[in-house]
Amino acid sequence: MEAFTAHTGRAVPLRRSNVDTDQIIPAHWLKKVTRDGFEDGLFEAWRKDPEFVLNKAEREGATVLVAGPDFGTGSSREHAVWALQNYGFKAVVSSRFADIFRGNSLKNGLLTVVLDQKVVDALQDLVENDPQAEITVDLEAREVRAEGITAAFELDENARWRLLNGLDDISITLQNEGDIAEYESKRPAFKPQTVQI
Amino acid sequence: MGRTLAEKVWDDHVVRRAEGEPDLLFIDLHLLHEVTSPQAFDGLRQTGRQVRRLDLTIATEDHNTPTLDIDKPIADPVSRAQLETLRKNCADFGVRLHSLGDVEQGVVHVVGPQLGLTQPGTTVVCGDSHTSTHGAFGALAFGIGTSQVEHVLATQTLPLARPRTMAITVEGELPDAVTAKDLILAIIAKIGTGGGQGYILEYRGSAIEKLSMEARMTICNMSIEAGARAGMIAPDETTFAYLEGRAHAPKGEDWDAAVAYWKTLKSDDDAEFDAEVVIDAAALSPFVTWGTNPGQGSPLSAQVPDPASYEDASERLAAEKALEYMGLTAGQPLRDIKVDTVFVGSCTNGRIEDLRAAAEIVGGRKVADGVRMLVVPGSARVGLQAVSEGLDKVFKEAGAEWRHAGCSMCLGMNPDQLAPGERSASTSNRNFEGRQGKGGRTHLVSPQVAAATAVLGHLASPADLSDTDARTPAGV
Repeated sequence: MEAFTAHTGRAVPLRRSNVDTDQIIPAHWLKKVTRDGFEDGLFEAWRKDPEFVLNKAEREGATVLVAGPDFGTGSSREHAVWALQNYGFKAVVSSRFADIFRGNSLKNGLLTVVLDQKVVDALQDLVENDPQAEITVDLEAREVRAEGITAAFELDENARWRLLNGLDDISITLQNEGDIAEYESKRPAFKPQTVQI
Repeated sequence: MGRTLAEKVWDDHVVRRAEGEPDLLFIDLHLLHEVTSPQAFDGLRQTGRQVRRLDLTIATEDHNTPTLDIDKPIADPVSRAQLETLRKNCADFGVRLHSLGDVEQGVVHVVGPQLGLTQPGTTVVCGDSHTSTHGAFGALAFGIGTSQVEHVLATQTLPLARPRTMAITVEGELPDAVTAKDLILAIIAKIGTGGGQGYILEYRGSAIEKLSMEARMTICNMSIEAGARAGMIAPDETTFAYLEGRAHAPKGEDWDAAVAYWKTLKSDDDAEFDAEVVIDAAALSPFVTWGTNPGQGSPLSAQVPDPASYEDASERLAAEKALEYMGLTAGQPLRDIKVDTVFVGSCTNGRIEDLRAAAEIVGGRKVADGVRMLVVPGSARVGLQAVSEGLDKVFKEAGAEWRHAGCSMCLGMNPDQLAPGERSASTSNRNFEGRQGKGGRTHLVSPQVAAATAVLGHLASPADLSDTDARTPAGV
C-alpha cells in the first residue's frame, strides 16, 4: 500500500446521499480479476448524463471527492475503492461512510475523511462556486484545509500509523503468528471443519 | 456487568489484544466465491503465502452462474473466465470448491447453513456483505473486502475494532400475513440505511423467538441494508433442531459439548446495549419498497410518499431522485404499481420455506399476462427438495420459469437481468439503481407478496386475491 501523508488537489462535489457501491462500480465490472482498469466503470450509469458533475471539463484532474452522507453503502466490493483510485481520487470526504467501504478504503490508501455535515456542505459550496479551489487533506495534522475552512478530523491512531507508513496488514499480523498458533491449539473439538465428510 | 451475545462471541475469538491496537480475531469459517477472491489469491501468489487453514475454508460459484443451460459452456466469456479463475485458484491452493452442476453448489449464504457449517458462537466471514445472514445462528458473521479475504486466507484472523451493540426488540405476535421480510423492511425503514452503522444488531423478543431458522436468516441477511455489518439472534432449540444431523454439525460427544456451549450464548439480563429499538410486531403489515435504497419502503396499503413531506433536505432530494428513477408519482397507491417481472430467489428469500410460500399462492392460479416470473432456488439442494415436493410443477403450471440455483436476478452479473425501464417485484435485498440490470426498477417484497403480485400483475398481497381472479384449473 502506498503511504498517505498529505494531499492537496481540486475537488468534485457529489451532492447525493446513500451513494451505494453499485453506483460507484456496477456489478458487471466485477467480473474482472485484476485490481486495475476500473476507472471507466466509476459512476458508469450517471456518467452517461453529460451534466453529471464528473463530466464537467472543470472537474478534470480533480483528486478529492466531497460526497453526501452514507457514502459507500451496500455491497462489500473493494472494486469500488479501486475504481475511485484508478480514476485518480486520493481522498473522499463525507459525514458518514458505510463500514465495509471505509475499511476497504483505508486498506488501500484511499483516505476517507469524516467531517460534520455542515463542514461538508461548506466544502461543497466552496468547490461548486470555484472549481479551481483546492482542498488539502493532511493526515499528519489530522486536518482538512481549504479557503476559509479548517476542520480537524478523527481517525484511530492505529489506522493512521498504518496509512502514514503504507504498512501491509498481513505482515503486521504475521509478527504475532505465535499468538495465532496458541489460539488454534486451544480451539474446542466441536468447531466446524470444511473437510469433506 | 453482563455481556451481550455479540460481546461473548467476540471475546471468545480474541487471539491478541493490545492497547492502541484493534483486536486480532480468529475466524472459524471463511466462505469464498468467484467475485471477490481472485485478487486475494493473486496477493498470496505475489508474496509466496499459502492458505493457513484449508479446513476452515470453502468456496462455491454463485454470482456469475447462469440459471439455464448449466450443462453448456458459459456464454459470457468474462463470466466464464472469472469462474475458471476460481477453479484454478482452488485447485492450486487446495480449497474445497462446489462448482456449477455440483449438488452442493448454490448461493454462498444458503450453502453454509445447509451444510451445517454455520454454527452458533462461530465467526464467519466472506467477501460479500450478505454474510450477515449467518448471524441467525448466533454466529458473528460479516462481509469483508478483498484485502481482508487475502488476510484471512493467509492468517485465519482479522484485526478489527469492536463495534457497538444495538438491540432490536420485536415483541408481540406478527399478524398472519406478515413475514420476516416485511419485518426487516419495516425495521430498515424505521432506522434508516445508516441507522445500524458501527453496530452489531441483536434481534430479540417474543416475535423473533417464534421465527423458523429460515425466517431468521432473512432478517439477519438484510442487517447490512440498515448499515450494520452484522445481525445476530441468540441460538435456541429451533437452532439446535435445525443443525442436528447436518453433514458438518458436531456428532456424539462433540454435539453434547457444543450444545452446552451454545446454550450460554445469549445476552445476559444485565447486559447493556449501546442503543435499543423496540418494534411492535402486531402493528406490522406487508411492506414494500418504492425507492432506490432499502430504507425507502412503506406498507403496501400506503401511497408513494411526497418528497416535500421530508424535513431533512438530503432525504427530500434522495426521495425526489428515487421517484424520478422509479417512474413513480407522489400519492400514487403502491397497489396500483404494475410490474413486468417477479423474481423469487436470492440469499434473502431463496430457501425452501420461501419457495413453498410462493407455490402455495400461485398454485392453481396463473401468472398475469405480460408478467414474467422467475423462481430460482438458493442452492442446488433447495432445488432438489422443491422438485421432490412437486413445487417446480406448481410454478411451471402457473406459467412461471423454474431455474437452476444461483444469485440470478439479485444482481446484474449473470444473464438474468431487467431491461432498461422494466419493473420488478423482487424477493432480493437491494433496490439500488441498476442493481437488477441497467435502468431496471426494483420493488423489494416478501415471497408471498411476490407471488400475489405475479398473479395480479400489480403489487399485491395474498389477501388481494379473490377466488374469481384465479384458481382456474391448470391449462385453461
